[in-house]
Amino acid sequence: MSRLKSNPGFISILASLASIVIGLLFGFILLLVLNAKNAPAGMANMLTNGIKDMGNVLYNAIPLIMVGLSVAFAFKVGCFNIGASGQYTMGAVFALFCALKWQLPWYVCLLAAILGGAVWGMFPGLFKSLFNVNEVITSIMMNWIGMNVSVLWVSNFSQMLAPNPDRTMALDAGNPSAILPKAGLDSLYSYLNIGIIIAVIVAVIMWVIIAKTTFGYELRACGLNKNGAIYAGINAKRNVVLSMVIAGALAGLGGGLYYLTGGGQFKLEKEILPMGFNGISVALLANSHPIGCIFSAIFISYLKLGGIAMQSQGYATEATDIVTAVIIYLAAFSLLLRLTIIKFFGKEKKEVAKQ
Amino acid sequence: MAESDLANAKLPDQEDYAIEMLNITKKFPGIIANDNITLQLKRGEIHALLGENGAGKSTLMSVLFGLYQPEEGIIKKDGKVVQVRNPNDATALHIGMVHQHFKLVECFTVLDNIILGVETTKMGVLQKAETRKKVMALSEKYGLRIDPDAKIEDISVGMQQRVEILKMLYRDNEILIFDEPTAVLTPQEIDELMEIMRNFKAEGKSILFISHKLSEIMAVSDRCTVLRKGKYIGTVNTCDTTVEELSSMMVGRSVQMKVEKEDAKPTDVVLEVEGVTVPSKIHKNNAVQNVSFKVRRGEIVCLAGIEGNGQTQFIHALTGLDSVSSGKITMCGQDITHASIRKRSELGMSHIPEDRHKHGLILDFSLEQNLVLQRFRDPEFQKAGFINFGAVRKYAEKLIDKFDIRSGQGPITTARAMSGGNQQKAIVAREIDKGPELLVAVQPTRGLDVGAIEYIHKQIVAERDRGVAVLLVSLELDEVMDLPDRILVMYEGEIVGEFDPKQVTVEELGLYMAGAKRMEVAE
Ligand SMILES: Nc1ncnc2c1ncn2[C@@H]1O[C@H](COP(=O)(O)OP(=O)(O)O)[C@@H](O)[C@H]1O
Ligand SMILES: [Mg+2]
Repeated sequence: MSRLKSNPGFISILASLASIVIGLLFGFILLLVLNAKNAPAGMANMLTNGIKDMGNVLYNAIPLIMVGLSVAFAFKVGCFNIGASGQYTMGAVFALFCALKWQLPWYVCLLAAILGGAVWGMFPGLFKSLFNVNEVITSIMMNWIGMNVSVLWVSNFSQMLAPNPDRTMALDAGNPSAILPKAGLDSLYSYLNIGIIIAVIVAVIMWVIIAKTTFGYELRACGLNKNGAIYAGINAKRNVVLSMVIAGALAGLGGGLYYLTGGGQFKLEKEILPMGFNGISVALLANSHPIGCIFSAIFISYLKLGGIAMQSQGYATEATDIVTAVIIYLAAFSLLLRLTIIKFFGKEKKEVAKQ
Repeated sequence: MAESDLANAKLPDQEDYAIEMLNITKKFPGIIANDNITLQLKRGEIHALLGENGAGKSTLMSVLFGLYQPEEGIIKKDGKVVQVRNPNDATALHIGMVHQHFKLVECFTVLDNIILGVETTKMGVLQKAETRKKVMALSEKYGLRIDPDAKIEDISVGMQQRVEILKMLYRDNEILIFDEPTAVLTPQEIDELMEIMRNFKAEGKSILFISHKLSEIMAVSDRCTVLRKGKYIGTVNTCDTTVEELSSMMVGRSVQMKVEKEDAKPTDVVLEVEGVTVPSKIHKNNAVQNVSFKVRRGEIVCLAGIEGNGQTQFIHALTGLDSVSSGKITMCGQDITHASIRKRSELGMSHIPEDRHKHGLILDFSLEQNLVLQRFRDPEFQKAGFINFGAVRKYAEKLIDKFDIRSGQGPITTARAMSGGNQQKAIVAREIDKGPELLVAVQPTRGLDVGAIEYIHKQIVAERDRGVAVLLVSLELDEVMDLPDRILVMYEGEIVGEFDPKQVTVEELGLYMAGAKRMEVAE
């Protein structure tokens, strides 16, 4: 047990769990304030709804895992990838273009999604390493550019549009071969497909790259001490670009995976997709650990679904959004909690020593 | 009397102690950094704290400053038990500390750093003019020269230290802790600092002065407490002791102070520098101006000079951290003027950097990860891009053993949790074990104790005898006189003299270092 207590991985998990509990408590208080009578039932709905619908939870977790990985990966070299939204959008549009305009099969569309995201991630990386421009600023700009480019692009190809031209055509009408195979997973939920398996595999690959390879060693060195990495002969500039390209590719793949399920149609709205920002919560809650991103994405997906169920208790959509947001953001404080937990164990040890 | 009773006992003829730390025990994972240590600081004295690297000096001072909470023991100020839970408590008790590694905000100005945390405001508006006056008055009174509007990242280490001292004075501290203040200073700056400490003492301030330079302790302190491996060894009056006694108390054996080496037998040229010029980042002039020299196999060449005369910029250009604006650098017959750092390393250049925290280590990596910092790509440590963790561990254990690198948890200790001297040993181990052709050692013994200095000097001489060309940069006059076979003096970016250490006096060297004399160097 005492060995477990000094294990950093164990402490991280404990911190994440503790922050989730605190987040839920806050959420409950918020429900009490909004409508005290229905709060217990609302909370119960939110917490249990996902269980009945695990397939749907997993389905919605797919893009979350990918954008979470994207943010987490960039974070390893010390970049804050706030541009996952734009990369996700470009991934989606590249994939849909291949699917609907060129009638290509799903695996080619996924590769296109990766390419789209990677290109969008590359620019902030290049600007950072060539001109020392902060990646936060450039990736926010890339979000806006991505959003406008996607709308312009899609609306210029009528083959891609649904009868109602505010969105892309459904894939089962447009190109069924571009829909991801279900591999029997649709018995859980009608839209669930191999996307979840791909996402999990990618997460494991990311973990292996970061923890086990020389490339991951270089990335972490750059993230922790850029000058030290340069001194060691590591090409920090190249690594910044590379990791942003990879981060973009991950988010782009997320966009591809989500829109190639056949479920979602890409809407031509002048709005930045919130998905990229969810990636930040996923990564924070997972303490940037790739495997952790799988679980935190599932958790957040679970909460969001539960939030929808709360509406039957008479809470407005906005209210449920606020509650889930509060929980997610408090959960993201796990970093802070980690320190408290370490301190707590330190004290406990002291007491033992005194006895 | 049992030791624990000390705390409550009132002896009739009790000394006037400003600070008493009684029976302090502080543990870190795997190590007892302070094991039942008692230290009593008299009012108005300069009390030296002596010990090897990792003896627990910084830890003890951090306990006093509220950075660490001890498991056992109490602290008394003016005879009363006090709680120091954090540095704010310490400041309230008028205890101030200059840390071994400065705690300044790099991108803030000197003035902002000094007032940070205790800003004078009027209705929320900073009263800069007022504080500037107070700071400048203090600066003048104690001869602490600063440039209040320069950014920390642009000023010398010496000035950074003066900023730290002014920080303490600005907060009206009367207990002043100096954690290895002289480790980073030039000889002149050291003399100045000692004078400043004497002034503080004359004003009734009490000073704790950490050092492992025995000559300084003999020169400035009244009493000296010695720690070894976390344990209290004893407290002596400086006037009743000798350098030899102190060093054997500290190390636990007698130490050889002088470097022992045969005459150099230099052979072929390894490094040739021709007309290298490096532009300055701060001012319009060149930081390094038309520097040319050669280093041969089997000799130690020392680049001596007062800090800030272009040595740092030259070394950065030589090792590839910066680029030259003109000139040529050749190593083992290959032009490396514009080669990447990695290429230079592969050609056999090893570099013990001046700033071990900025360049030498990834502090949040473990010791073993740091020991393979340039070598993780070697086939020995990776296969198809996958790190061979077993091989890394074995190699780290070998180096730890061979170079006696001490740390709490061995190879998996975070570099940040190691004492400065052991961090330095880790870097030296890594750079020497690479088997270099050229060893660039910049202040390799900065901040180390006599035992470790002796050891590192031996290693460098052994490398020389193995046929390595060694380029040493040092600010310590003892080291400059003792270790090298040839001395080049650098002044304002130029080489102004070349000497044989056996034939030159310290005074003569000092004149060249200060720019009072120069000769044309024939190469
Ligand atoms: N924060 C820390 N965590 C773990 N170990 C530490 C920490 N700080 C110091 N140590 C260990 O405690 C011992 C004493 O260190 P330190 O007080 O820095 O030595 P000194 O200042 O005398 O050179 C060393 O072995 C060091 O590795
Ligand atoms: Mg120390």
